[in-house]
Amino acid sequence: MGRMGAHPQSSNLATFQPNADCLIEVENLSHRYQTRQVLNKVSFNVSCGEIFGLLGPNGSGKTTLFRILSTLMPITSGTVRILGYDLTTAVKAIRHRLGVVFQHPGLDVKLTVVENLRHHGHLYGISGKTLRHRIAELLEQVGVSDRATDRVEVLSGGLQRRVELAKAMLHSPRVLLLDEPTSGLDVIARRQLNAELRALADTENILVFLTTHLLDDAEACNRVGILNNGSLVAIGAPDELKAQVGGDVVRIEGEVSERLSTAIAEKFSVSPVLTGGHLRVECERGHEFVRDLVAAFPNEIQTVQFGRPTLEDVFTKLTGNPFI
Amino acid sequence: MRKMLLPIATIWWREIIRFYRQRSRLFSAIAQPLVFWILIGSGLSASFQPSGVVNGPGYIEYFYPGIVVLVLLFTAIFATISVVNDRREGFLQGVLVAPVPRWRIVLAQALGGTTLALGQGVLLLILAPITGIRFGVASLFITLGVMVLLAFGLTNLGLLIAWRMDSTQGFHAIMNLLLIPIWLLSGAFFPSTGVPGWLAWTMKFNPLTYGLAAFRHSLYLDTSVKAFGDGPSWTLSMLITSLFCVLTYVGATFTASAQAN
Repeated sequence: MGRMGAHPQSSNLATFQPNADCLIEVENLSHRYQTRQVLNKVSFNVSCGEIFGLLGPNGSGKTTLFRILSTLMPITSGTVRILGYDLTTAVKAIRHRLGVVFQHPGLDVKLTVVENLRHHGHLYGISGKTLRHRIAELLEQVGVSDRATDRVEVLSGGLQRRVELAKAMLHSPRVLLLDEPTSGLDVIARRQLNAELRALADTENILVFLTTHLLDDAEACNRVGILNNGSLVAIGAPDELKAQVGGDVVRIEGEVSERLSTAIAEKFSVSPVLTGGHLRVECERGHEFVRDLVAAFPNEIQTVQFGRPTLEDVFTKLTGNPFI
Repeated sequence: MRKMLLPIATIWWREIIRFYRQRSRLFSAIAQPLVFWILIGSGLSASFQPSGVVNGPGYIEYFYPGIVVLVLLFTAIFATISVVNDRREGFLQGVLVAPVPRWRIVLAQALGGTTLALGQGVLLLILAPITGIRFGVASLFITLGVMVLLAFGLTNLGLLIAWRMDSTQGFHAIMNLLLIPIWLLSGAFFPSTGVPGWLAWTMKFNPLTYGLAAFRHSLYLDTSVKAFGDGPSWTLSMLITSLFCVLTYVGATFTASAQAN
């Protein structure tokens, strides 16, 4: 989907002022599972009005970090404060102010949309007229009002996800956590959901924290943290991160041999990276490089891609691994 | 107070509404025990005279309280299987991140299971006169009370197991290896009088033996007929059944808290 034109903040990140009332603070968070270091001294801060995306391939530790933030997994090392409350001592206060959308659908499909929301409201101590108004308001906001009395099982995946969003927002949380919110959605539904999150972050001034393994979703965030093997390898606005990769990126696809890689490196004085059978070359003036490259190795090169760096390039540059 | 009851009421309500919308559960929890009762009860009544009972009821009547308890057990099991499903499907995660203490969640689930079990137990209770059991108003209310205790204890026993389980397959194994034997050796199927010593002791240590005894006592409260041999006394039965309820509930709450903090 590219960038959605709707994040004015991304250019002036410096204006995000940390605010003790509205913040996730993670310091030196580590987590071991048996002998495996799942999280390794992860530290970062997120503020209100911000959409923060935790980007990482499967097995990078995203889910563990998400479960810790959502209060479902105890902290073994490090500290986490949410809205100024310590996660180990003030779980109840945090839970009141936390909205969570899990990757697995959290709706009861045998209940109607309204019944699901009512159940959720009651768990948070909201009832009666207040609850009815809030349900109507949120269903309107996510555009599911006309399906309010339908059972969830007859709704499409995209609509179900929007009901989940309404459910998570029902008790007016200050922090909204979402685990892989767009998984299983088609491009249109993904775009709508990302726009919905943007609107929420802006109008309700809440903090949105999401995990994703989709580069497009990460592009739509104000800031992105890149997680690899349990370590946070980069953090910043997508544009900032991409600026770390110099100039243009040229990808040579198809069967690329070590020998070809060495030959290119010698001939053009560049340092190509061979990952997963593809060759990545960072260079200035990419268009000229492509021209010379194809002329120099006419028989060995099958497909060449040339473009501005993406978050995938950032990941590859920082970790030396392809983003899978 | 209202704030405390609201989460309990809503979780309870969901258990009931879900059951109502999956009516096959009603059928499966009642039909199987009923078939057992009619086939096994009729089949054995010709050759089986409960030991220690002289001029007592026939086997079909002896077996009847056991069948009611089996219905309670089955319903409790089905109610707790829905906990395993909720966990697998992700619904329960949403409940666990809500600011509701675990003991309230477990209590609500247990009350939901108890309500469903009681409802089905009552359906079966209507058949009591057919077997020749006659009870008055007092006896009926006490019987219902005992059924509530039994259903609550059995649901909590199910929850205690279900909160550790990731799949329903695992739960079925436990059901066959633990829950059904508990029922078989509770005096539901045969009395402990005259059985080999090791079996008599196993039955003595089975908490459901006392639950079943309490249920038999309450059914025959208004009549002078003694429907069983030298089983545990009314007081002891009620005491152990109540204790069973408390312990299983505390156990289920602990399990739930340990599983997800």
